[in-house]
Amino acid sequence: MPIPRTLFEKIWDSHTVRPQTEATPAVLYIDLHLIHEVTSPQAFTELRARGIAARRPSQTLATMDHSTPTTPRNNLGVIPVIDAQGAAQLAQLEQNCQDFGIPLFKLGSENQGIVHVIGPEQGLTQPGMTIVCGDSHTSTHGAFGALAFGIGTSEVAHVLATQCLLQSKPKTMEIRVDGQLGRGVTAKDIILAIIAKIGVGGGTGYVFEYTGEAIRALSMEQRMTICNMSIEGGARAGLIAPDETTIAYIKGRPRAPQGQAWDEAVAYWQSLPSDHGATYDATVVLNANELRPMITYGTNPGMGIPIDGRVPTVAQMPDASQRLGLEKSLKYMGLEQGQPLLGQKINMVFVGSCTNSRISDLREAAALIKGQQVAPGVRMMVVPGSQQVKRQAEAEGLHEIFRAAGAEWREAGCSACLAMNGDMVPSGEYCVSTSNRNFEGRQGPGSRTFLASPITAVASAINGVVADPREMLN
Amino acid sequence: MHPITTFSAQIVALPVENIDTDQIVPARYLKTTNKVGLGDAAFADWRWNSDGTPKPDFVLNRPDVQNAQILVAGNNFGCGSSREHAPWALTGAGFKAVISTFFGDIFRSNALKNGLLPIVVDEDTLYQLFSLFEEDPATVVTIDLPNQQLVLPGGQRVGFPLDPFAKHCLINGVDQMGFLLHEDSMIAAYEARHPARVQTV
Repeated sequence: MPIPRTLFEKIWDSHTVRPQTEATPAVLYIDLHLIHEVTSPQAFTELRARGIAARRPSQTLATMDHSTPTTPRNNLGVIPVIDAQGAAQLAQLEQNCQDFGIPLFKLGSENQGIVHVIGPEQGLTQPGMTIVCGDSHTSTHGAFGALAFGIGTSEVAHVLATQCLLQSKPKTMEIRVDGQLGRGVTAKDIILAIIAKIGVGGGTGYVFEYTGEAIRALSMEQRMTICNMSIEGGARAGLIAPDETTIAYIKGRPRAPQGQAWDEAVAYWQSLPSDHGATYDATVVLNANELRPMITYGTNPGMGIPIDGRVPTVAQMPDASQRLGLEKSLKYMGLEQGQPLLGQKINMVFVGSCTNSRISDLREAAALIKGQQVAPGVRMMVVPGSQQVKRQAEAEGLHEIFRAAGAEWREAGCSACLAMNGDMVPSGEYCVSTSNRNFEGRQGPGSRTFLASPITAVASAINGVVADPREMLN
Repeated sequence: MHPITTFSAQIVALPVENIDTDQIVPARYLKTTNKVGLGDAAFADWRWNSDGTPKPDFVLNRPDVQNAQILVAGNNFGCGSSREHAPWALTGAGFKAVISTFFGDIFRSNALKNGLLPIVVDEDTLYQLFSLFEEDPATVVTIDLPNQQLVLPGGQRVGFPLDPFAKHCLINGVDQMGFLLHEDSMIAAYEARHPARVQTV
């Protein structure tokens, strides 16, 4: 009998070019390398300095997303880049891709978008693959049962040059979510609840595998929302075993296998789920029936509470350093310990980011805001994850629903999630955001972020205060 | 990379937990296409007012820590984004090592590739270092890399874990890219056995 293996172990084993030893890490083969303008320039500089080519341009894809404006196109159909440094970075990516023969989805072109939205959209993200990108939210692709993780720029250079990485084998953690989600409770609430439970460092050194009835019931886009925020729990990667939902999503996409290759690929994908009897280094269990919509109150994604709960008190914190951490966070956020968040006044709402900018997110947001108005004094931005999502949403008339409600409908990109491109939350203002990080200054210097699901964001936009989406879903 | 063995330096304490890479270097500084010149971006929002003047109550602005090269920080230093700009900013600001109880996985990996040592100690040692700094901001400690030991002012030695390969690279100044390039024939053999799963071109 072969030793039962987890999904992660099967992918790790099949990509080991040289096994790990006492003295050296494993050499791991990378099937797909995604790159963007912000974390790649110095890697190309290193390749030039060493006089080496990209080893596998045909397993590499570049897009522009982080520093790209999301402002409307001009009369020529061009998205103008006003920021000189941003423009230089985009120009350098274009030059690098040209020099090294790497395909590029340029700003405003038909397939451009957030790197973690376009991979799945193109059918490039497939089960059993290893996928890396100089971006920590590469964990998103784990939703397909791929081992996908963020890397630094030195490692971007390693993969460009050798299609490999030096990696020590991480530990595995099963995160099992039993039961069924209630009305108004979404994938975003599951992952925020997981991170609140284990803390932002709880998964450090681990790869997560999400299992259980509640996970199996999710669509691919919802699974991507979960895996996306694995890194917010400290794990570089988070996986979900491929199943019929996965296969149905990939079928027919532009870069998906065709014909006989499709049948072979499906057979391989079906061999990937963790074997019966395979063991994990740790297990965490949640019950979806008990979950409520979640929202964060503090300055890391682990500082989350049910939307109708109260901000913890300093006295509830188990040790001195967490007491200090809470005090520091609440001071930054301008909140009081023990206060409810429902009814907290807000200034902005951001629907977007690699966590929640896919078509299903926009459909849910549009369904809730249809016929309603964004509250006076609140600015709401809707930023589709890709040009393809944008076109689909416009074909369905979602953009008209958002505009009629008083929200801004913008071009695709990372936008106010990290505020590199001019889209930002002004200092001291509160934003309910569907993105993934509420760190100090993340959405602009002095910005105050409440992380939540798209429907919680919309409910809050309509009410002008933090609001419970369940009360609007009757 | 320059070889690193043993060095002594002044410490500076930043007793905050979960310091994320957005604090170490805010995203607006990521538009650079170079590795150098990010020293002033280190902890920019904690260190500078919006008009560029220093915030006097932030520890790194104190005149008596300007020569500190070892940062002692709360649990889980470097969580968050994969930006290698974080170690570039820290080394640009003169740091050679960060001491904490544990590090974000990607930050730790990035730091090691830039000669910035992520030194893991237990919580008691961390609090001892915080106290030492509070009592005497001029406190100097020694990092003995070959023996994987931190030497405190009284001569007390505290061991720290380090992946043997990372240690080898640091002590001998080996760069990992060179190591990988030497694996070319094994990589080619792997590719011959495993056709590419996707085509992007």
